Amino acid sequence: MKKSKLLMMFGALLLLPLFVLPLWNITLEAPQYPESIGMDIYINRFEGAAPNDIKNINIMNHYVGMKDIPETIPEFEYFPMIIAGMAVLGVVVGLIGRKKLYLAWFILMTTLGTLGMYDFYQWEYEYGHNLKQNAAIKFTTPDGEPMSYQPPLIGAKMILNFKAISMPRAGAYLMFLGMGLTVLAFYQAKKEEGYEEGLDTA
Amino acid sequence: MKKVINRTSVVISVLLAMIIVGCSPNSGSNGALSSSVAERVYVAPGEQDEYYAFLSGGYSGNLTVYGLPSGRMFKEIPVFSQFPTSGYGYSEETKPMFETSHGFVPWDDAHHPDISQTNGELDGRWIFINGNNTPRIARISLSTFETEEIIEVPNSAGNHSSSFVTENTEYVVAGTRFSVPVPQRDMPIDEYKGNFKGALSFISVDPEHGHMDIKFQIIMPGFNYDLSHPGRGKSHGWMFFSTYNTEEANSLQEVNSSQNDKDFIAAINWKVIEEYVNNGGGTKMPAEYAHNVYDESTHMATSTMKKEVLTVNPIDIPGAIYFLPTPKSPHGCDVDPSGEYIIGSGKLSADLTVHSFDKMIAAIEAEKFDGDAYGIPILNYEDVLAGTVRSGGLGPLHTEFDGKGNAYTTFFISSEVVKWELGTWEVLDRQPTYYSVGHLMIPGGNSRKPFGKYVVAMNKITKDRYLPVGPEMEHSAQIYDISGDKMELLYDFPTHGEPHYAAGIPAELLAPKAKKFYKLEDNKHPYAVTTPNEVTIERKGNEVHISMATIRSHFTPDNIEGIKVGDKVYFHITNQEQDFDVPHGFAMIGQNSSELLIMPGQTKSSVWEPKKVGVWPFYCTDFCSALHQEMQGYIRVSPRNSSIALKWSLDGDELN
Repeated sequence: MKKSKLLMMFGALLLLPLFVLPLWNITLEAPQYPESIGMDIYINRFEGAAPNDIKNINIMNHYVGMKDIPETIPEFEYFPMIIAGMAVLGVVVGLIGRKKLYLAWFILMTTLGTLGMYDFYQWEYEYGHNLKQNAAIKFTTPDGEPMSYQPPLIGAKMILNFKAISMPRAGAYLMFLGMGLTVLAFYQAKKEEGYEEGLDTA
Repeated sequence: MKKVINRTSVVISVLLAMIIVGCSPNSGSNGALSSSVAERVYVAPGEQDEYYAFLSGGYSGNLTVYGLPSGRMFKEIPVFSQFPTSGYGYSEETKPMFETSHGFVPWDDAHHPDISQTNGELDGRWIFINGNNTPRIARISLSTFETEEIIEVPNSAGNHSSSFVTENTEYVVAGTRFSVPVPQRDMPIDEYKGNFKGALSFISVDPEHGHMDIKFQIIMPGFNYDLSHPGRGKSHGWMFFSTYNTEEANSLQEVNSSQNDKDFIAAINWKVIEEYVNNGGGTKMPAEYAHNVYDESTHMATSTMKKEVLTVNPIDIPGAIYFLPTPKSPHGCDVDPSGEYIIGSGKLSADLTVHSFDKMIAAIEAEKFDGDAYGIPILNYEDVLAGTVRSGGLGPLHTEFDGKGNAYTTFFISSEVVKWELGTWEVLDRQPTYYSVGHLMIPGGNSRKPFGKYVVAMNKITKDRYLPVGPEMEHSAQIYDISGDKMELLYDFPTHGEPHYAAGIPAELLAPKAKKFYKLEDNKHPYAVTTPNEVTIERKGNEVHISMATIRSHFTPDNIEGIKVGDKVYFHITNQEQDFDVPHGFAMIGQNSSELLIMPGQTKSSVWEPKKVGVWPFYCTDFCSALHQEMQGYIRVSPRNSSIALKWSLDGDELN
């Protein structure tokens, strides 16, 4: 089988580790949490970095009126389907072996990923802004607006006494690698075609 | 020009003064030394100590946990005394820990902590400690650092030659200091001689759970059994007890027990006795003693009264027990890491007597006896003597070892620690203590593998070591660096109660397995609630059981009505937190008890008998969060004949 096909299929299959490895992580650091607390986000669930971390994040956040991190969200229903679907599609595309389809798969995946990030941002925004009216502690920004507690989309940010760090995790890195491989597959296919054309002309 | 000369002369004289001061041997060496000494005990903020040290609390009844070399106290573990700080001995769950055959005894005199061993080395599973007054042995978990078990020792009094463990923690040993009639009976005191007995108890320790059970008691002659230590290595299987009052005096013992030039160290081959009782030997004697066990999963203690104890008479087991004559009312009875030397500290003399295990075995095999005492063979002093340490000190008490061939002995009267060499019996160094040292401790110093870096001397007299605080004050300990040829005094630190013995262990053996909190899902307490939704109140006649939940920062429920004067109200409080170091407390106005301090995942209960009509508040006593001050609730107490129904709520939501 051609190298480009293998690259395409292997790249698409690198989505599958997302079923066991976390996609994203939010970690909170503060002096009184010397071991930090955090949450891993999978395509189908939230999980505490340590067994009781989600409970402890909720306890902390309730003082400023933040809602509990939900047990589940609708995304956890369709994310796994999309990921599985894209993996299968990628293998099919690889079998078909047309380089334009490789690029199309990559663009589709990028679009879906961007939508996913947008969705994640929306959830974070809602989580950090939609506060209970009877919150015990109400902080305001210097210009008098109610303070929000939205974690960063990516990177680190100080929220009161906490440093909130939001970063991709192993599942995401493998996915990025896989997506990169599909682009590589496109160029590889081009090269192979060039070689074949060369053979033809020769 | 004059000014210049003046200035120059000032400069020169200052320089001269500096040189002179610099050359003077005192200030020069002290300055350098004191700064380096400070560094050696300084544990920087956020850093942790190298060793745990467990110091007995003596008459505080408890055990305190310190760090070495900093001398910082981390915890007081309640053992034999009620402890209002946590509610230990006040809570319904822990009251059974103080049950004895004499009823509820909420205090004792805690003496000799000893850490469990495997193959003669510290294994850090449990620490044992003896209650001296109402004879008891306690076992403390070294993962939760809580008392898990207390067993009473019958036929014993002044439980002092205790609680030392054998090489594989097969037994924790408890010996009587005061001989008494066995079994107890009404008899004239002056008929002590020949009639009173000294019971030495071998308490087996279950290797998995640590549960204790008296395997057998040796009913010895009516001497005072003062201290003991296990054989190790080649002498494993033997236990050595120092004795005094072989005169068997029953009054003015300070004179009458000090008449014999030599008393004994009793050498007991417990393996022989174990085999004897395993083969049906011994006599079951009616007895009454409490066995109290705390269960980590139910967070509750239960007390069982035992009715029988297996006793053995020394003359029925020839070959198991011998007496080693030892001068001057020996106190400490310490065994070196190799198991060869048994050191008797004749507390009324200047010298230490060192017996040889090999020589003892040879004398026994050759049957070279110098008579007997109540049928127990006495060996010849010269036949078993390995050497005498001419210490130059006065009043030797206790010896520990550094694992490098040296021994360190405390001298109470001359107030010093003396370092000497095993084998040559030569004194190598001596350092004063402040003042009148009792026990000393080297981590692992009573094992095959001591960690000979520091020795802690625990003193009986404090006087002027700290700022004065009136006639009553804490005792004082000193820490010495013993890593070099000479001991160096590093630091003084105050200790709580009256530390007798102590036990130390490298931090890396304990710290990684220290428990952080109790898992809620493992909580098997009958009144536990594992979510705030499960809270309930149940009335059984005038008994009311309130199952309550705490989480930052409220009680569920926090408004309760329908309680009446004359009710007996049980609060069963479960801390719902599942994080390290988030306790909640509970205190009820007018409650005739202490507060409860409840660790995450734990349930504790206390009783309140309201006497007055009104609305009475309760609150959390531990500053648990920024909204701790808001963590409170109310209970409405109605008249005895009121018909107000039980009702409980949180934030207006009725929960029943």
